[in-house]
Amino acid sequence: MTNGPYSKKVMEHFMHPRNVGEIENADGIGNVGNPVCGDIMRFYIKVDNDIIVDAKFKTFGCGAAISTSSMVTELVKGKTIDEALKVSNRAVAEALGGLPPIKMHCSVLAEEALKSAIDDYLKKKSLIKPSAE
Amino acid sequence: MKRIYLDHNSTTSVHPDVLEAMMPYYRDDFGNASSVHFFGRQARQAIEEARLKVAKLIGADASELIFTSGGSESDNFAIKGAAYQLKHRGNHIITSSIEHLAVLSPCKKLEKEGFKVTYIPVDSCGVVDVKELRAAITKETMLISIMLANNEVGTIQPVAEIGRLAKENRILFHTDAIQAAGKLNVDVNALGVDILSLSAHKLYGPKGVGALYLRKRASIEPLILGGHHERNLRAGTENVAGIVGFGKAAEIASAEMESQNKALISLRDRLYGGILKNIDEVQLNGHPTQRLSNTLNVSFEYLEGESIILSLDLEGVAVSTGSACTSGSLEPSHVLLAMGVSPQTSQGSIRFSLGRINTDEDIDYVIGILPGIIERLRSMSPLYEKKR
Repeated sequence: MTNGPYSKKVMEHFMHPRNVGEIENADGIGNVGNPVCGDIMRFYIKVDNDIIVDAKFKTFGCGAAISTSSMVTELVKGKTIDEALKVSNRAVAEALGGLPPIKMHCSVLAEEALKSAIDDYLKKKSLIKPSAE
Repeated sequence: MKRIYLDHNSTTSVHPDVLEAMMPYYRDDFGNASSVHFFGRQARQAIEEARLKVAKLIGADASELIFTSGGSESDNFAIKGAAYQLKHRGNHIITSSIEHLAVLSPCKKLEKEGFKVTYIPVDSCGVVDVKELRAAITKETMLISIMLANNEVGTIQPVAEIGRLAKENRILFHTDAIQAAGKLNVDVNALGVDILSLSAHKLYGPKGVGALYLRKRASIEPLILGGHHERNLRAGTENVAGIVGFGKAAEIASAEMESQNKALISLRDRLYGGILKNIDEVQLNGHPTQRLSNTLNVSFEYLEGESIILSLDLEGVAVSTGSACTSGSLEPSHVLLAMGVSPQTSQGSIRFSLGRINTDEDIDYVIGILPGIIERLRSMSPLYEKKR
């Protein structure tokens, strides 16, 4: 019997989540979910030379929501934007040793939160570009 | 790890005396109560003795009690049985928006079959609006079903008042007393009910056995068809051991209800006080006074329930929540939403339901670990701004 309704890895990330917090002057912020569904994720990324040098998260949600958020930040740190965009919800779930079927949507939301943060970064980048020149 | 069980509304441990009373009916006295021979007579006697005890718990006559497989069956039996029996008289049912799914689901099914169902709203404390109920009555109304006490928040309903209303209008009246029995004084005549559902495992009896009280003059269609058991009202070889256990549990509940309630209220209020003292942004869900002695449902703002349950579980504490993540559906508790609690606040609800095995030490332990759990989760929540 596991120490909780989830896999060991999920419980590990739940008990000791990585990268909880906010980034001041983040390069990209993603906000997804809504309280009615019971899941809200906010992702912050710091990007340098197209590489995600820092990632932080805040999540309102269940054990699966917290651990998928944590895992995503761990997976993308050190990756390029292009590599990060390839991180799928399935990869997140696999990295966590699997999620119960009814909790898979949490991994989807985490993927969306990441993409939303990257989108925000790319939008900001294209706005700043002209003045940087 | 020391385990502390605070989920008694979900189920209870079998009282040691109950278990002892049941064992012979598994071991040696295993007869089928319908058999003519000695083994059958033994089982029959045991069942009828138990029936008397369960009937006494609710002030009913033993001849008006039918044993079932549990609360869900009793509720289904009551709702469908009444509807099908009385459909020539009318096709309208009145119930509340906070009933257990074992009442709501049969109602939804009956609606698909052409019956009309009115779901009476509740106020912010979870009390059914009797004025609206009265206004909803039509010539077609043939059944009213309102629970005696709600399982999620513990709010006690004005069932006696509704009973009088039902009698005035000659409408059959059912109450789901599954959570209330053993905690409240239930008297079918004082309440004016015609049908009443009970479940053994909510009062330190075994799972898998319940009962339906059916007033003599009332008549409903049987749900389970087959042999002639329970006066042709509920087929199936009786769960003798379970029924014996139910009887014993009912006997103990009757005898100890007052002292138990005193102890439970003290523990419950101690828990609530401790929570309020050490944690802010907490909301009580349920009536402040008209509430079951053992039930405390609170919402911790900015948090989601399952994460709180997990954290408590890791420390050995068992509770439940009304959050969507655990309801099996995509929506949070229908009871909390019906009370006007916002979806977000509903998500953060935790139900502590105490029982005879809980002690002051249990409560103090929980009060000790909760603030840290809430603080940790709030520091992770995008909705929480720490007030300096």
